[in-house]
Amino acid sequence: MAASSELNIDHVARLARLALSPQEKAEYSRQLGDVLHHIGQLGKVDVNGVEPTAHAYPVVNVWDEDVPRAGLPVDVALQNAPRQRQHMIAVPKVVE
Amino acid sequence: MNYEAVIGLEVHVQVKTRSKMFTRVAAGYGHEPNTLTDPVVLALPGVLPVMNKAALDAVIKAGLMLGCDIAPVCKWDRKQYFYPDSPKNYQISQYDQPICLGGGVEIELPGPARNVMGEHKRIPLTRIHLEEDVGKLNHFATDSLVDYNRAGTPLMEIVSEPAMHSAEEAYAYLTSLRATMVYGGISDCDMEKGQLRCDANISVRPVGETRLGTKVELKNLNSISFVRDGIAHEIKRQLAVIERGGTIVQETRDYDGQTGVSQSLRSKEMAHDYRYFPDPDLMPVRVDEAWKSRLRSECPELPFDRQRRFMSQYQVPYTITSVLILDRALGDYFEEAARLAGPGRAQAVGNWLVNDLLREIGVAKTDLASAKVRPAQLAELVNLIESGTLLANTARTVFAKMFATGDSPAAIIEREGLTAAPTDAGELEQWCRDAIAGNPKALAEFKAGKESAINAFKGPVMKAAKGRADPKQVDATLRRLLA
Repeated sequence: MAASSELNIDHVARLARLALSPQEKAEYSRQLGDVLHHIGQLGKVDVNGVEPTAHAYPVVNVWDEDVPRAGLPVDVALQNAPRQRQHMIAVPKVVE
Repeated sequence: MNYEAVIGLEVHVQVKTRSKMFTRVAAGYGHEPNTLTDPVVLALPGVLPVMNKAALDAVIKAGLMLGCDIAPVCKWDRKQYFYPDSPKNYQISQYDQPICLGGGVEIELPGPARNVMGEHKRIPLTRIHLEEDVGKLNHFATDSLVDYNRAGTPLMEIVSEPAMHSAEEAYAYLTSLRATMVYGGISDCDMEKGQLRCDANISVRPVGETRLGTKVELKNLNSISFVRDGIAHEIKRQLAVIERGGTIVQETRDYDGQTGVSQSLRSKEMAHDYRYFPDPDLMPVRVDEAWKSRLRSECPELPFDRQRRFMSQYQVPYTITSVLILDRALGDYFEEAARLAGPGRAQAVGNWLVNDLLREIGVAKTDLASAKVRPAQLAELVNLIESGTLLANTARTVFAKMFATGDSPAAIIEREGLTAAPTDAGELEQWCRDAIAGNPKALAEFKAGKESAINAFKGPVMKAAKGRADPKQVDATLRRLLA
């Protein structure tokens, strides 16, 4: 299929921060290739004259007034963090 | 060969709202870590973002103040990347449909002298879009600590065209942009609190070349002076590379304002691939004329417009107006005091405000809003001086007491015995005789019919009287003696 040849599985895996085994790469290449193929079919539909839209529902301006509500207590906010220190989430050292 | 620098700035400005951009937990600075979070900020499963109306108002207002076109419809996109500052692994931003397009920032370059207005020009903008700020990382020896208080704060990104050519222009641009945002109440723009952040794209090219050279992005410019210094440094660095026969490498560099040195940040393993796509959780924004015109009516006069008006309407000199426009409240204070003082006295009001009140405020480490001298009292002081009731040196004493107590100048004059008390009539007559004798030129002019020449005698008389003579009595005595 044309679509799967455009798929660079190493690039996609790196973007997703996934370490894949050769078997997984082959398997996901095939699955993602099918997805791309499907999208490719959708891409063939003639949409000339159809208004572009960001959403299926014609609804705009869904908002709240700027009135703060209570947030989470810090211990609740951090309860899923595997490591924490000084009320902050500890992560491996990162430098952009 | 002559080279010119080309500079474009990307400025992030935090919008001053009470709650966050897409959820209603409070936004704020200086709180205990991770106390401003909720399930949306933490990207817990199943949450949905909801826009903050006030943030939209603010960015549209900013766009109107800067002369941008406001998009009739715009949408939200997800910018994907993995980094611990964003718990969602994407940032909600605007990719191909920013809310504001075009526009520009009026800047003033340094003039030939401090008291001469410099050249004004307009730096065009590409766009302004709205997005959400990310969390803050604190780096330690072996790990990094994440605080999500800042995550989700409404953030505007203001992108200029690559249209500046010197560090001075970039400095003037940021100064003007910041003043405009503060005037509009859109942000406090405190760089120390990260409310305004700036990245610069810098390249050089031979003069006359129209294509852009290879650009270097300068990051972490965390004060307006560092922006100027960092850009000047980078232009010099690029020119030196070219002079050595080298080529500029596209990279991101970090400028350390303390040491004045920049270094290349570790090059990214690959170009950014953010895979933007429309956020399916958010509906588009539609801005109609009614909304725009309501916000337009809330836009304040821009700082440079105000300066031009102060100069023409009140005849206040450039130097004074340059100070008056630094702060919107200061300009408001000036206008009120000038109005109360009446025609022809605005310049004196401006002088007292800029030279004396601001100095005292600085010494006392307070601010204009808390200063006890209010516009009415400053106007009264100016009127007492202009009418000759107070001499300049007495006025300084009175002003110091006004600043300390907040009392009106009249009350202070009365209490301190500084009132223009009729001195002994004989003494006054002697002072007047001395003044006339001491100025034969004015005497001749007065005798020749020049009525205003009489004023030349009043200063010495007031001085002899230490400012305490009644001006009417002085005038009458002089006229009697001159008759």
